[in-house]
Amino acid sequence: MSSETILRLDNIVKRFGDFTAVDGVSLDIYEGEFLTIVGPSGSGKSTLIRLLVGMDELTEGSLWLRGERIDQTPANKRPTCMVFQSLALFPHMSVGQNIEFPLKIRGESAEDRRNRALELMALLRLPEHYYTKGVTQCSGGERQRIALARALAFDPEILFFDEPLSALDFRLRKALEKELKDLHERTGKTFVYITHSLEEAMVMSDRIAIMNAGQFVQIAESDDIYARPNSRFVAEFMGEVNLFGVEGTGSGELHGNGVEIHVNGRADEFGIALAPGKQGTLMVRPEFVKFLSSGETSDFVVRGVLRAEYALGSRIQYKVESADGSNLIVENLREDRYQGHVGDSVILGWDIESTHMIVE
Amino acid sequence: MERLDRKHGTLSSLPILTILLISFVAPMLVVAAFSIMPRKVFSLFNIPDLSAYAALLEHGYYRSLLWSLGMAFVSTIILFLISWPLAYGMAKVFRKFTLVITIAVVISLFVSENIRLFGWVLTIMKGGLIEGHLRALTGVGFESPLYNVPIIIFSLVYVYFPFMLFPLAQGISMVPDDARQAAADLGASRWRVLFEIDLPLAAPGIVVGSLLSFVLAAGALAESKILGGQTVIVIADEIETAFTYGQDWPLGSALSMVLIVIIAVLAIYGIAKVDLDAIMGKKAE
Repeated sequence: MSSETILRLDNIVKRFGDFTAVDGVSLDIYEGEFLTIVGPSGSGKSTLIRLLVGMDELTEGSLWLRGERIDQTPANKRPTCMVFQSLALFPHMSVGQNIEFPLKIRGESAEDRRNRALELMALLRLPEHYYTKGVTQCSGGERQRIALARALAFDPEILFFDEPLSALDFRLRKALEKELKDLHERTGKTFVYITHSLEEAMVMSDRIAIMNAGQFVQIAESDDIYARPNSRFVAEFMGEVNLFGVEGTGSGELHGNGVEIHVNGRADEFGIALAPGKQGTLMVRPEFVKFLSSGETSDFVVRGVLRAEYALGSRIQYKVESADGSNLIVENLREDRYQGHVGDSVILGWDIESTHMIVE
Repeated sequence: MERLDRKHGTLSSLPILTILLISFVAPMLVVAAFSIMPRKVFSLFNIPDLSAYAALLEHGYYRSLLWSLGMAFVSTIILFLISWPLAYGMAKVFRKFTLVITIAVVISLFVSENIRLFGWVLTIMKGGLIEGHLRALTGVGFESPLYNVPIIIFSLVYVYFPFMLFPLAQGISMVPDDARQAAADLGASRWRVLFEIDLPLAAPGIVVGSLLSFVLAAGALAESKILGGQTVIVIADEIETAFTYGQDWPLGSALSMVLIVIIAVLAIYGIAKVDLDAIMGKKAE
């Protein structure tokens, strides 16, 4: 991934009548990166991607590909292409004909087309005899690979994905996520992916842009966005999280409701300080919260009652009701399982290092 | 359960099946039988021969057949070309306005075909609605375009328009929008999208519409009689004459059989080529 900009979005706006679907979005997409745009349904991400590939026209703003303005260029003249949510395979064509379609449009010879199609089928691990098979007879995962092969045959400057995995079952989706990341590395192309699934975004992306109500809320590397969200929305959207309202009391100290804070003036040092009287939201992810034995203490402590226990596979999740009635979520690895029962009074604690402050 | 369903299905379709056998298949068999009787007999108890079929070649009836098929062919092509844009609009663009067009086209069917054709005669004949007014107002008239082959083809196009339009619109509505968008996204121009995506995927509608228009136009009679003034004699005209004035049932039957066979071959060929279930709704598995 270089830091050279391949596609620049400059204050893009899309309105449908009175409704503003995309509300002034600016972003530089870098050459060779895997960027994922994540947002809840209705956040405008699908509209945005349709603007980027040229299927809809911008209301305002401009779009620049390697410094050349392209927002007036129709989709069929742009060197980008998209893998559709529905995949949009051509049902009347065989697997081979589907993959060769962009090459046929370009007027390449039948032999070259066939060779390239077979190459791509090998790359995506589609058996060679599928070349003549009808696409309607292929399974969901195979169709996914065919759509990818077709897009790669086009050899786009940027490959866009509109939630192409959303219709697949869980296991297949997990496998394909990794394949897609792998494919990104092997081809070195710029991938722009949209999804409503945070997990999908985390597995694959170099950078994540979180979208809500037609705007980007935060754009950052995936680890950053998980550990240091810039708003409650992002924190909550990026998986389960515990949030507390806190207030700065000066000299590196904080005061919180429902949480005992023993930071001993170190708030500045760990970047969670607040000016006196200023409100903030303290965030800690469930995997950093531990059960404390009596006598043990920690930088942050909450007392409560264990209300529920859920097995999540490799991890166990606990729901704890704190003294002031709010719920906390704790996740432990299976081997660190809490030795107790639902209904027990428990003490929870976590370190200042795993705490993040959100100021909005 | 499934077997019971099938049994009930068979039983409840029996009455209509019987009526179809009697009213549709039986006359066809009678016509087929009469076509191999000697000329001008009125009974099936004769020694079969092929004299009626021979007359097709000897007396030039094949020319009428060629005129009918030729005009049907040309009118079907024209119908396809003029219906496609409108059908496309109805299926993909117009939304609610589609209903208005549908009603407008269907209403024209409420008036009998003959009356509509006579309406055209009065409109375009010399001294009729258009030429008469033009001459009265400007002093300059024009020759009537009536009574020639182009006007027959025009009237075939006019009369069978709905039979092309609706199946075509149905066919086009089956073309998935995302397939069209994907094709454009992969570099295809509008024309390429039309030829690579729209036409193949709308094929069931195209075949049904073309078959209906062609079959109806090939057997059409009133258009050539009323607007065409019998400039050319179509095969349906010959068949009618053979059965009535000619009193030659075997000849009429033989001409009918030739037309039926040609159309049946075309229909079977066309239908075999496309997935009719796609347009008629899927059969239960």
